[in-house]
Amino acid sequence: MVSTIRPSRGHRVFQGVNGVILTLVVLVTLYPFANIVARSFSGEKEIRAGDVTLWPKGFNLTTYEIVFSDAMFWRNYGNTVLYTVVATAVAMVLTTCYAYVLSKHHLKGRGALVGIAVFTMFFSGGLIPHYVLITSLGLKNSVWAIALPNAISVFNLLVMKAFFESLPSELEEAAQIDGLSTYGILLRIVLPLSKAVVATMVLFYSVSFWNSWFSAFLYMDRTELMPVTVYLRNLLAGATGGTAAGAGTENLSQVNANIQAVTIVLTSLPILCVYPFVQRYFVSGVMLGAVKG
Amino acid sequence: MSSSTTSAPPPGIQEPPSAPPPRRRTRSPSPTGWRRALRKDWQLYSLAVLPLLFFLVFRYLPMLGNVIAFRRFEPGGSVFGEYWVGLRYVEMFLSDPTFWQVFRNTLWIGGLTLVFCFPIPIVLALLLNEVRRRSLKRFVQSVSYLPHFLSIVIVAGITMQMLATDGPVNHVLGWFGHDPVRFIQEPDWFRTIYVGSEIWQTAGWGTILYLAALTTIDEDLYEAARIDGANRWRQIWHVTLPGIRPTMITLLILNIGTFLAVGFEKVLLLYNPLTYPTADVISTYLYRTGVESNSFSYAAAIGLFEAVIGLVLITSANQLSRRTVGTGLW
Repeated sequence: MVSTIRPSRGHRVFQGVNGVILTLVVLVTLYPFANIVARSFSGEKEIRAGDVTLWPKGFNLTTYEIVFSDAMFWRNYGNTVLYTVVATAVAMVLTTCYAYVLSKHHLKGRGALVGIAVFTMFFSGGLIPHYVLITSLGLKNSVWAIALPNAISVFNLLVMKAFFESLPSELEEAAQIDGLSTYGILLRIVLPLSKAVVATMVLFYSVSFWNSWFSAFLYMDRTELMPVTVYLRNLLAGATGGTAAGAGTENLSQVNANIQAVTIVLTSLPILCVYPFVQRYFVSGVMLGAVKG
Repeated sequence: MSSSTTSAPPPGIQEPPSAPPPRRRTRSPSPTGWRRALRKDWQLYSLAVLPLLFFLVFRYLPMLGNVIAFRRFEPGGSVFGEYWVGLRYVEMFLSDPTFWQVFRNTLWIGGLTLVFCFPIPIVLALLLNEVRRRSLKRFVQSVSYLPHFLSIVIVAGITMQMLATDGPVNHVLGWFGHDPVRFIQEPDWFRTIYVGSEIWQTAGWGTILYLAALTTIDEDLYEAARIDGANRWRQIWHVTLPGIRPTMITLLILNIGTFLAVGFEKVLLLYNPLTYPTADVISTYLYRTGVESNSFSYAAAIGLFEAVIGLVLITSANQLSRRTVGTGLW
């Protein structure tokens, strides 16, 4: 494809083609967002005509008003916040404790402790035994059904362990000589030195809990307990179910499509807002995990 | 998230500072070894109690709970079932035509995902690596990582909106005089939609490990290759690709291991009874039979089958890579 005789010209051509490909990648990634935002502000008639592409047509805010006035939407949005905070807090405590233990190479039985965690990456009990277990523990319809079963992500655990291992051991040894207990060392020496990794882990966990829907879908029986992701899921399911059942409800499903766009915008908004500022933490966290894990 | 542990331990427990703690655990498995370790490190071990409880209850107990695949299970009864029924449920699903249908679907979707979603990030990473303007490179990276952070529900929602009869895709088809296609209701389109949305969500983020590996390649190797007269393509072939080979192998093994566990949540969100013929996979089938129809034992048997195959796949992929290229995950 590229001339081997004059590599410099071939190189220029390549750079041009590369630029075009990467521009396409950016456009393909961003266009769906732009379209959804445009739809969320557009009129029903314009959407139905298939005219909405990049800019809103028939600009109006009625759909936003409909969604904003839905008490269940706010209720579920609040649930998402609550579940995210509780689950992240539980996850951080457990992950930090275990990662710290695993980072102590002198500890007898450490290999087994690592193995217990790592094995679960490759083999899991599966959906049905999980479901049976959560049900029989009586965790259904409570935040614990979401927080407890996902309290430790082994990947995050390994990232944190790698970070703790990279800390200089002299500080901890000095603190030990000064009579600080292990708990004291963890809380007063190690954690203040680990702000970066703690922040990264909080982000990892909170984004994954914010985005999760299936645990709630599975273990919550009442709509007022659902997070907003399940609210959106029910809208989507209603849309496909409606059109599958028959074409009689065209109008209704159109309004529904509009509401879907608005809900998608409102649900992804927090992520989109913090994303530019926290992206580098994610990248560095994954690198740390990849290098050591 | 306050301190869950109490401080103020007895200070007398500490080792005398004159004796430095042994860096490596002693090789002799003397019976007093554990007692000594416990006395010295009991605080560390105590930190491991809650996490171990977590693993025990929420990870290992469900593994044992799989025995209900071989036992009669009554909802509300014991987690481990009532009495043994042998391989009845295994025989049941092996002779169930729907099972083989969803098994084939799983292989199809898993295979297509592997074929497309594994190499595309490599290509994208190589392209990004050739970009000389740092700001441009960073911008493309930031944008392409974004879909990774969205909830799968949002991705499904966006996919449905894009493919709706009034959506942009049908809009473009309209330019060519094509009638609107009901993509979401067409079984023939499901695999394309699934793989397409998977690429959209994961391709950018998938480059991250490759880009990290690319920065570790020694610049001198390129210099030497250039002196030997290698053009750009030969440099990529002989320097770049070997440089990221360990990353490729690691990710390939992981991908093969999760081959059967195709994006259960996404299929569940995107499929509907009309697309079951191509969309229904093992995990969604066992979800419906288990959770929705309460045939827990039957579904557990299927789930166990899936998990065992996954374990076999990842171990054999690992073995194969160890034997052929000398490295593996473990």
